Amino acid sequence: MGAREVVLRLEGITKRFGKLAANDDVGFALHRGEVLALLGENGAGKTTLMNILFGHYTADAGTVEVFGKALPPGAPGAALAAGVGMVHQHFTLAGNLTVLENILLGTRPLFGLGLGRAAARARVERLSRDFGLAVHPDAKVRSLSVGERQRVEILKALYREARILILDEPTAVLTPQESDALFATLKKAVALGLSIIFISHKLHEVMAVSDRVVVLRHGKVAGEVATAETDRHRLAELMVGAEVALPHPAPGRAGEMLMELRDVSTPSEGNRTGLRRVSLALRAGQITGLAGVAGNGQGALADLVSGLIAPASGALRVGGTEVSGWSPRAALDAGVGRIPEDRHATGSIADFTLTENAVLEGYARQPFARAGWMDWGRARAHAEAIIAKYDIRCPGPEARIRLLSGGNMQKLILGRALEAGPKIILANQPVRGLDIGALTYVQECLIAARDAGAAVLLISEDLDEIRVLSDVIHVISAGRLSPPFARGSKTVAELGVWMAGQGFADAA
Amino acid sequence: MRLEPVADPGLVRLIGLPALALAGMVGVASVLAMLAGANPFAVLGLIVQGAAGSKFAALETLNRATPLIFTGLAVAVAFRAKLWNIGAEAQLYAGALMTVLIGTQLGLPGTLALPLMAGAAILTGGLVLLGPVLLKVRLGVDEVVTTLLFNFIMLLFVSMLLEGPLKDPMGMGWPKSEALPRDARLPRIVDGLRLHWGFGLALISAVLVWVIQVRTTLGYEIRAVGQNPQAARFAGIPVGRVMVKTALLSGGLAAMAGFSEVAGLKGSLTLDLSPGFGYTGIVVAMLALLHPLGVVVSAIFVAGVFVGANSMSRAAEVPTYIADISVATALLFMVLAILLTRFRVVRG
Repeated sequence: MGAREVVLRLEGITKRFGKLAANDDVGFALHRGEVLALLGENGAGKTTLMNILFGHYTADAGTVEVFGKALPPGAPGAALAAGVGMVHQHFTLAGNLTVLENILLGTRPLFGLGLGRAAARARVERLSRDFGLAVHPDAKVRSLSVGERQRVEILKALYREARILILDEPTAVLTPQESDALFATLKKAVALGLSIIFISHKLHEVMAVSDRVVVLRHGKVAGEVATAETDRHRLAELMVGAEVALPHPAPGRAGEMLMELRDVSTPSEGNRTGLRRVSLALRAGQITGLAGVAGNGQGALADLVSGLIAPASGALRVGGTEVSGWSPRAALDAGVGRIPEDRHATGSIADFTLTENAVLEGYARQPFARAGWMDWGRARAHAEAIIAKYDIRCPGPEARIRLLSGGNMQKLILGRALEAGPKIILANQPVRGLDIGALTYVQECLIAARDAGAAVLLISEDLDEIRVLSDVIHVISAGRLSPPFARGSKTVAELGVWMAGQGFADAA
Repeated sequence: MRLEPVADPGLVRLIGLPALALAGMVGVASVLAMLAGANPFAVLGLIVQGAAGSKFAALETLNRATPLIFTGLAVAVAFRAKLWNIGAEAQLYAGALMTVLIGTQLGLPGTLALPLMAGAAILTGGLVLLGPVLLKVRLGVDEVVTTLLFNFIMLLFVSMLLEGPLKDPMGMGWPKSEALPRDARLPRIVDGLRLHWGFGLALISAVLVWVIQVRTTLGYEIRAVGQNPQAARFAGIPVGRVMVKTALLSGGLAAMAGFSEVAGLKGSLTLDLSPGFGYTGIVVAMLALLHPLGVVVSAIFVAGVFVGANSMSRAAEVPTYIADISVATALLFMVLAILLTRFRVVRG
């Protein structure tokens, strides 16, 4: 394998942001016709590396070579012109244009008539046949599923004669079945002589699709191995620098029903899926897991439980009584602790101190305020207590929260929610982007809260996490909720079928 | 060229850059003075002298600073909540109007009239801003547009009243209201000089606003809504209600400028009561980085430049527009300096 031609070589890439080295002397080579997995936790430096490759950042040191020629640093477009195509996690497609128009967008001079459209169309059709990327060229992108949109992104790169394809966390938005289809496409692509960098933090995918693995940890290359000569445990160790122990919680003991949704619907807004006649029971002492492909109504359910939206129809009962005037304040007063999906945009205020963020939900109450006057001493003491109890690494309670790492920020949000003594806990993607230490800690806290009698609703795109932690699993698809499945009663493949929208009573 | 955040600005950046900005302003003013055919050192000297060279000059600067403190506070309070109130001018005139109405039409004794005038002015100023804010909260109408346009509506409305029902019969035909009775005016701080207790009220207001911002739940809510409305809403802060309270506070402060100018200085309402104090308040608030105590300093600075330039212009025959340009360049350089304390420019 070593004798094959090197198509992309990164050497000694170093990039610092202040004191933090996002990339520290990173180097590897991509060979023609291979799938190279770039494996690493969130924050390990994968994204920074790609930004350097594409000229969005200038490296402090190091070189990038494509097909034997050095790329000028800090020149966006140079990598594209040299034949490197990127498929981003968040698609860059225009919903009101057709597939063909999206693919042609930007490839042709601004002025000039529609000549060559037929030729372009033929080429797109040939590419989609060769690579197994079934998608109709005249369909409006808006009407496509997420999996199809991803195919359009790949076609777009191929149409621009990319010989090197980089996919950034491509399976985050796919069902297990759609992922398998993607992997088949990638195999075809390398057979046709393309080279692929597959960025992921999911071990089983890396094992399934790659020929070689480069593992990044804390901005450094922690290891480079041939996939055939390694296994998941070895990769996990390289990735986190220690043996990984997933929690194995004892099954919860279900108690009384603390929150109940009966036939709840909420409107869809834009490309945000609403709920369709969802019935759900959250019981004390249970973790209820919500599995599903991103964007199938998880957001609406989370907003409903956290008080941001009220049911348009159907009933929402908390502690046996139907709620009226449902709002974030009402949810907090009813004992709902919330860990929002986006800790930066929703869970915290970046330029507020830890103290100010710690009282964000309770600022107006005793002991933090009295008759409209803040008691900053008490607020600060509360923040210090959370910092100590949840082991938050920070300069102090008066530091701005934006200075904290994601894990420490999440611990503060977790502490803020749990210290209020919630009966119901909404944990929406609680460990996304956390390093292994913080991840385990957050999960253990949720299990402890369950054992203390709280009803936990866990929303996650990581099926493994859902399966390990949940006592009961629901699958959400297109706003509909599956019946509850007891712990261990469904395999990944069976859940995948539900995630793809089959099995529902009103499935078309 | 790109900007990269600076983790720790350091003392050199924190002090050096604003000093450099000030130097830049002086540089631009000097070049303009030279273009006008005068000796720049003489011109700068005359400006400083005119602004602070004598007791009279200094008190005149503080006098001029008074309405700017009020409008600066109004803007600072609103901008903290990311409520872009460009309508301090309208709120100022609304306050002035109520001051004159109550002071001249009700015939109350001064001890009763003055607090009533101030209270009515504050309330009316708040209500003037409430309309645009309700439109923003309920319908998402851009308040920059509505508050800005309200300035013209209010000025024309006042003009109509001054040409009609409020016109002073003894005013020799000028569009001018009746004068307030002697006892319905704010007393002078120093006998014989024009500085009046409006300045004292402005200082008290600045302290009050500062206390509200750092010590009360309302201040906390305003800052939270301004910095991240999404997180504020999620945390159960009533975003719309906070906006309304902010509007009442901001509009009330701007109206106090009108009250203080009429009751402290002019004694009657005319259409040239404010040479754009509402707009200059934006500059004052930005220069102060929206800090209420900083507003006092920046208002005095801006007032000093204007008063000094006025006096210089009489002596050196250099146009007073040099003051407008100086204040504008001061703002631009200061914004740049603030940017550069937080970010550094990187090539590539």
